[in-house]
Amino acid sequence: MFTNVLLSDGRRRGLRFLAPAIVAVTVLAACGNDSSGKAAPVPSLTGDCAQYQPYAGHAGKTVTMYASIISPESDSLQKSWAQFSSCTGIKISYEGSNDFESQLPVRVQGGTAPDLAFIPQPGLLQQMVKTGKVAKPPSRTVANEDKYWNKAWKTYGSVNGTFYAAPASANMKSMVWYSPKAFTQAGYQAPTTWAQMMTLSATIAQSGKGKPWCGGINSGTATGWPSTDWLEEIVLGKYGGDVYDQWVSHKIKFSDSKIIAAMQVLADWMQNPAWVNGGFGDVKTIATTTFQDAGKPILAGQCWMLQQASFYGAQWPKGTKVGADGDVFAFYLPANNPAIPTPVEGGGEFTTAFSNRPEVQAVQNYLSSPEWATSRIKVASGWVSANQGVDKSVYTDQVDQLSAKYLTDPNATFRFDASDLMPAAVGAGQEWKSFTAWFGSGQSIQQVAKDIDAAWPN
Amino acid sequence: MSNPAVEVTVPLANRPERAATAVRRSFSSPIASLLIIVLTVLWTLPTVGLLVTSFRPAGQVAATGWWTVFTHPSLTLSNYHTVLFVGGYGVNNGLLPYLVNSLAITIPGTLFPLIIASMAAYALAWVRFRGSDVIFFGVFALQVVPIQMALIPLLQLYSGGAHLGRVTIFPDLNLTGTYWPVWLSHTMFAMPLAIFLLHNFIAQLPREVMEAATVDGASHFKIFRSIVLPLAAPALASFAIFQFLWVWNDLLVGLTFAGGTPEVAPLIARLNQVSGSFGSHWELLTAGAFISMIVPLIVFFSLQRYFVRGLLAGSVKG
Amino acid sequence: MTAAIFTEPVLGYPTLASPLLADSGLADFAGKFSQVIAALAIFLGALALIFFAAGRATGRFTRPLSIAVFLGPAVLLLFVGLVIPTIRTTYLSLKSDDSARFIGVKNYQWAFTSSPIHQVLVNTVEWIVIAPVLATALGLTVALLVDRLRSQAVYKSLIFMPMAISFVGASIIWKFVYDARDPAHPQIGLLSQVVIALGWHRPPNWILSHPLNNFLLMVILIWTQTGFAMVVLAAAIRAIPEDVVEAARMDGAKGGRLLYYVTLPMIRSTLVVVLTTVMITTLKIFDIVRTMTGGNFGTQVLANEMYSQSFVQFNYGRGSALAVILFVAVLPLVGYNIVQLRRERSTR
Repeated sequence: MFTNVLLSDGRRRGLRFLAPAIVAVTVLAACGNDSSGKAAPVPSLTGDCAQYQPYAGHAGKTVTMYASIISPESDSLQKSWAQFSSCTGIKISYEGSNDFESQLPVRVQGGTAPDLAFIPQPGLLQQMVKTGKVAKPPSRTVANEDKYWNKAWKTYGSVNGTFYAAPASANMKSMVWYSPKAFTQAGYQAPTTWAQMMTLSATIAQSGKGKPWCGGINSGTATGWPSTDWLEEIVLGKYGGDVYDQWVSHKIKFSDSKIIAAMQVLADWMQNPAWVNGGFGDVKTIATTTFQDAGKPILAGQCWMLQQASFYGAQWPKGTKVGADGDVFAFYLPANNPAIPTPVEGGGEFTTAFSNRPEVQAVQNYLSSPEWATSRIKVASGWVSANQGVDKSVYTDQVDQLSAKYLTDPNATFRFDASDLMPAAVGAGQEWKSFTAWFGSGQSIQQVAKDIDAAWPN
Repeated sequence: MSNPAVEVTVPLANRPERAATAVRRSFSSPIASLLIIVLTVLWTLPTVGLLVTSFRPAGQVAATGWWTVFTHPSLTLSNYHTVLFVGGYGVNNGLLPYLVNSLAITIPGTLFPLIIASMAAYALAWVRFRGSDVIFFGVFALQVVPIQMALIPLLQLYSGGAHLGRVTIFPDLNLTGTYWPVWLSHTMFAMPLAIFLLHNFIAQLPREVMEAATVDGASHFKIFRSIVLPLAAPALASFAIFQFLWVWNDLLVGLTFAGGTPEVAPLIARLNQVSGSFGSHWELLTAGAFISMIVPLIVFFSLQRYFVRGLLAGSVKG
Repeated sequence: MTAAIFTEPVLGYPTLASPLLADSGLADFAGKFSQVIAALAIFLGALALIFFAAGRATGRFTRPLSIAVFLGPAVLLLFVGLVIPTIRTTYLSLKSDDSARFIGVKNYQWAFTSSPIHQVLVNTVEWIVIAPVLATALGLTVALLVDRLRSQAVYKSLIFMPMAISFVGASIIWKFVYDARDPAHPQIGLLSQVVIALGWHRPPNWILSHPLNNFLLMVILIWTQTGFAMVVLAAAIRAIPEDVVEAARMDGAKGGRLLYYVTLPMIRSTLVVVLTTVMITTLKIFDIVRTMTGGNFGTQVLANEMYSQSFVQFNYGRGSALAVILFVAVLPLVGYNIVQLRRERSTR
C-alpha cells in the first residue's frame, strides 16, 4: 500500500536511501490517510484500451501470481496480459516455479500466499480450500464460468459443491506425437484404433529403423507423472468413465483386477524392450529421460511416436514445422476398447485467488473472460482453452485445433487427469514414486499397486 | 552446505613449522605425490566439464561429450550472453537481477550473524554466570535441528506477527517481499555453529589482557569493541567466509523466504527453479550454474589467505 | 536492537512494485544496494546506540545488563528460529496428518514399520556411516601427503574448491558425469565414456543401479566435504608440538608408526569434530538427493522424505515424526561432543 505512496512521488523514493525510522513512520501514517480517502473516480479508458474498461480503477496496484508454468510457456503467458496491464495500470508480478506443488502449501500456510495461483490439480485446490485461505471468486467470474464452460469444468474447480476456481487453460492429453514426414516416407498411416497402433508398433520394431516409441517421465520432483497419464488413458479407454470415476475415488483400488489388467496393457506397450526407448536406450531409460527431451529422437529418426499432451508442442526446437504435412504432428490416441465413445483425458489450470482485494478480482475476472483466452491463444501456439466463448478460428496451430476439437466434442467421454484428482499423498506422491520404481527399477505390478493403495489417506 | 566446525584458537607465538614438516616428510614418496595429483585431477575434472559445456553451442551439448572439444574445438560465448542479458530465464534482464539479489542477501546474511554471534560468544566465554554452561551446550545441540521444521512457523511470523490468544506478542510488520525474512532466517540458522566456533576462539584469548582491561575500569562493551573484536579477527574472517559460502549457496531458505521473483530471489533458488524448463537447454543451465559459482570462487580464492590464517593463526586443538 | 530492525519494513518495500527501477539494471542494482546499506546502517547504528547507553550504566545492574545485551539477541533468534519450531514439530508429530486430532505414537509406528520408509532409514544410515568416514579419511590423506609437493597451495585450493559450489550447481556438474546413453550413441556422461574406453562395453545406467546409486550420490557429498576435512586436519597436524614429534623420531618412529602412535592421537579431538560436523551435514542432506534423483530409484533419505511428506503430500503428522527421528538420531553424537567440550570448558 505504501508502495504507491512512495511511487506516486518521485522524490519520496529517495527517502528510503537515508530515511531514519521516523520518516518511515510518517510515510506509514500518510499511507493510512491515502487508503481511507480512496474516492478517486474510475478513469475511462479509450482507444485500444476501451475493452478493459470493466477492469479499470486500480492503476498502480500489483497482483502477484504464482504457477508451475515456466519459461518458455510463461513468456507467452506474460505477453497475453501485457496490454491489459498497460491499459489498466495493474501490474501482474508473475512467478513460475517447478517447485510449485510443494512451495504453494508452504506459502499459503505461512501466510505469504500469492494473490492468484494457477493450480493444475483439483486435489491440491481441495487442500488449499481446507486451509481456509482461498477467496471466493467475484460474481463476474462465476457468471463467466456458468456462461462459457460446461458443467464438468465447474465441478473440477469446486470443492464440496462450492465453486472456487475458474479454469485458465485446458490441455488435451489423449495424443500421440509423430512425424508425418517420416510416416509418409515409410508408407505408414496414423493409426485410428488401438489394434492398428499395436500392429504399427510391431511393424516398426521389425523394420530395424529405430524403435516405435519414445518415453520420458523424469520431471524433477514430479518425476513419474507422464507414466500415470499413460495408465489413465488405458483405464479410461478400456473401461469407460464410470470405472474411471470409481478408481479416482478409490472405490476401485489399484490392486483391483481391472486396474492390474490396465497396468499390464501399459507394460506390454511402454515397457516392451523391442518398442522403447528409441534414442535413449533400454526401457529403464524412460525413468531418467526428462519428459521435455523424450520426443526429440523423433526428429532424428531414432523413434517414431511419443504419447504426450498437447502442451508438448512448446518443447520442439525452434524451426520445427508442426502440422499434418510438417516435421511433427499428433494423432488422437485411439481407445483401448473401441466400444468406449471417444475417451478424452484432459488437464488444466485453475485460477485460484487467495485475496479479495479489488485489483485481484479484476485480474481474476479478466482471466476468466473469453477475451483473455483469445489473447493468450494469439500470442503463441500450444495453448488451448475450454472456454466456449473463444472463436475456434483463432487457433492457428493444427495441434491446438485438434485439441480444441476433442475438448469441446459433446460426444466425447471427457475425464480430468486422475492423479490430479486423487489426494496429494497418492496423486503427487506414492503413485509417482511407485511408477518411477516400476519403470526404472523393474518393480512388480503387484508391488506397485500395493504400495499405492497403502498410501491412500484414510 | 559448508560446515565450518573449525576449532580456531589462540595465536601461538611461534608456529612449530619444523615439527609438522617432519611429520609430513616421513609420509612422502613418489607414490604419495602421484596419489595427490590423481586425486586433484579427479576433484577438478567434473567442474572443468561444466565450464567447457557452458561454452559449447546448443546443438552439441546433448549430442556429444564435452571432452570432444579438445579434438573438435567449437566454442561460443552466446550462452553467457543469453542467460545474463537476453533472458530465457523468464525475465527480460536474464539472471543479472538475481545475481544482484544474491549479493544483497549474502552481505547482511553474513554480517548480522557474525556480529550477534560474536557478542554471544564473548558473554558465554568471559561474563560467566550461572546457567551459561547450559546455554552454551544448548546452543551447540541446536545444530542438529533440521531447518525444514522452522519454515512454516517463521513464514507465519514474518507475514502475520505472533499472537497468543488475542495478545500480540510480535506485531505484523509486513516483511513479505523484502529481504528481511531471508536475512533474519539466515541469521537464526547460523547462530548455533557461529556461537560455538567463535566461543572456542574468544575463550582462549589471553586472560591477562582481559583482566588488565577490567582493572582499568573498562566495561564489557569497551572490552568487546577494543580488545575482543580486533584479537578475534582471524576467527571472524574464517567464519565470515564459511557463512558467505553457505548463504550464497543455500537453496531452501532462499526458495522459501524469497520466492522466485526478480525482486528478491537469489540466484541459486532461481537456478533450481528453471532447471526443469531447460530440460533440453543444458548449455544455458551450465552457463547459469557457472555464473552462480563465480562469486563464491572469487571470494574463496581471494580470501583463502585470511581463511587459512584464521585457522592456522591459532592451533587447532590437538 | 532487534526491535529497531523490525520497525523498518518500508525501506524494503519499493522495489517490489517499482517498474521504474526494474526497467534499468543499474537502477535495480542501486535500489537493492541502498536497501542493504540502509539495513546495515540501522543494525550497526542501533548496536552503537545500545552499547553507548548500556556502557554508561553503573552499579549492580551493570553485569546483568551486559549479559542481556550480549546474549539477548542471539538467544531470542535461537528461540524463534529453532527452539519453538522444534517444540511445535514434536507436538505435530503426535497428531494426525491434517493436525486435527491426537493419535499418540502412531506416526512413529508408521515410520518404523512401513516398507518404503524402511528403505529410507537404511539409506540414511548408510549415508551417515560411509560419507563422513570417507570424506575425513581422504581429507586426512591429502593433509598428510600434500606438503611434499611443489606448489601445494594449488592442489589444496583445487581440492577445496567444490566446497564453494552449491549443491544445485554440483548436481548440474555431476549430471555430466553420471549421464548414461545407449552405448550405440555418443556418450555425454564422463563416467560412461571412461568405462567404455576401458573396455566395459555395456555400462549400466548409473543413477538407476541400486544400491550403487546411493554410493554415487555420496561421492558428490564426499567431493564437497573432503576439502573441508583437509583444511582443518592440516591445521591440526601443523599444530602438533615440535618436541613431541622430535621425541618420537628419536625413538625411531617413522611413517606408519609415527602416524599411528603420534599424529593420530594428537589430532584425535579435531578428527572427532570433523567427523561430527560432516555427519550432521550428511544427516540433513537434502539438496543432493532432491536434485539428482528426487528420491527415486531407492535413493531416498530421511531429510528429503520428511520434506515431501510434509509439503507435497500434506502428511504433516508423518513428516513431523520423521523430523523428530532425524533430530533424535543425532543427539547421541551431540551428547558425546558435549561431554568432550565439558571437559575442556571446565579446565579453563
